Amino acid sequence: MRARFVAFASGLVFGLGIIVSGMVDPAKVLAFLDIAGDWDPSLAFVMGGAIPVAAAGFMLAGRRQRPVCDGRFLEPSKTGIDARLVLGAVLFGAGWGLAGYCPAPALVASVSGQGGTLVFVAAMLAGMVVFDLYQRLLSGSRR
Amino acid sequence: MENFTPVASAVGGMLIGLAAALLWLGLGRIAGISGIVGGILPIRRKETAWRAAFLAGLLAAPLLLGAVAGYSTPAPVLKSMDLLVVAGLLVGFGTRLGSGCTSGHGVCGIARLSPRSLIATGVFMATAAATVFLVRHVIGA
Repeated sequence: MRARFVAFASGLVFGLGIIVSGMVDPAKVLAFLDIAGDWDPSLAFVMGGAIPVAAAGFMLAGRRQRPVCDGRFLEPSKTGIDARLVLGAVLFGAGWGLAGYCPAPALVASVSGQGGTLVFVAAMLAGMVVFDLYQRLLSGSRR
Repeated sequence: MENFTPVASAVGGMLIGLAAALLWLGLGRIAGISGIVGGILPIRRKETAWRAAFLAGLLAAPLLLGAVAGYSTPAPVLKSMDLLVVAGLLVGFGTRLGSGCTSGHGVCGIARLSPRSLIATGVFMATAAATVFLVRHVIGA
């Protein structure tokens, strides 16, 4: 119960950050990415604000054996740099540059029910399902 | 540059960092949105409860700001539904293949000094900027 409350609170603060920072506005995201045009560097300040605060949290956690509401820290399991990482980042970057939406802002914006955003989110979820099907196909063919 | 908002963007970024710190300290989980959403889809339901709670919070944010501060959601820029579908598929598939997006790699991963995340963030930022350049200055859409 407490864990779910913390997760909800984290999601809420995250969502407020997405809105306050301007990430929720695809026009602003595209203006940030448009270095050759009328460049708006604001969104560099989002990373500049987020990374030190997150890093402080990770450093604080480093002194603990386990998180407050769970048995263990779930470290990301993959550590190597491989073709999947790079190809995935290329595909994601192309989609992000096309629409100006990455996953969190798209979800936050979709609450308003605007058609274009809903279409994007539906396609994004479909892309994730396609990836899972592709994963299953791969693991099936290896057996 | 008339829309330059360094203070609001930095404050929003700090909130995002705070949320990531809270989730790690509280639950020991990475606040990566593509992973949280991808893990909740019917085909691979993993650790559903906390992910659902996080997403409920995320989706509550615009409702809360709408109610107390009169916030309204900016409109999408891309008008073509076909291109929105293409972009959504690329973002969904790409973030899962690359194990992360702007939040998981760009914020949490870089804060943890993960070499994987540094590479991924550099690649998706460069590709996104190149895509915008192509669309706006080469094709001229």
